[in-house]
Amino acid sequence: MMKLIAVVMAIATLSACTTVKPWERGYLAKDTMQGAPIAQKSALDRHVYFAKEGSSGGGQAAGGGCGCN
Amino acid sequence: MIKRALFAASIAFSSLTFAAGAGEPAPSFSLPNLVTGKSMGLSHYKGRVVYLDFWASWCGPCRESLPQLNTLRNELKRKGFEVVAVNLDENTEDAKAFLKQFPVDYPVLLDPEGRVPGKYELPGMPTSFLIDKRGNIASVHVGFKSEDMPKIRDEVIGLLRQR
Repeated sequence: MMKLIAVVMAIATLSACTTVKPWERGYLAKDTMQGAPIAQKSALDRHVYFAKEGSSGGGQAAGGGCGCN
Repeated sequence: MIKRALFAASIAFSSLTFAAGAGEPAPSFSLPNLVTGKSMGLSHYKGRVVYLDFWASWCGPCRESLPQLNTLRNELKRKGFEVVAVNLDENTEDAKAFLKQFPVDYPVLLDPEGRVPGKYELPGMPTSFLIDKRGNIASVHVGFKSEDMPKIRDEVIGLLRQR
């Protein structure tokens, strides 16, 4: 039983999940980190998709932007 | 046994936080100057009003803020105002390229590893801290718009009037 708790706690501390701090967003801002290579194409695709779906949002990876919001 | 384990875990996972809000002393640091290479910190500017600006080449609003801060700094430098910029680019070459396009006259310090922003708990980029003559944080500015400049200017002038 104790062994199980120890193993679970050890795994919890090994978590690779981390929040990206606002000042660490440099790499996320690079062109190569955007989902699609051509920004205008993805903007057009987004517009068509959201118009047809009747909803909007959810298109980008979390953690982008300047971190103020 | 479980109690002891939980106690040990709570000690292990507790962490010190440096809160950096208005009214508190600005956390100290020492970083190399981009141009001279010498290490500098806030203690160098005690007795002056300092606008500590955290910026990076990838930060959009910084394209507006750097030139405008440069103008303000040159206007009020004689009265004891200084802008100290801390660059947070992980690749310093990006910062140099940015400064070629938007040159500034005030000191730019380099922190590519991002050690100092953690002390100040930056909520976003860019964030600036207006520090009074005694080294305490007078106000925190998150983000930047041109419309912010008159307010910043008034705050700086107010702090310059203090003893």
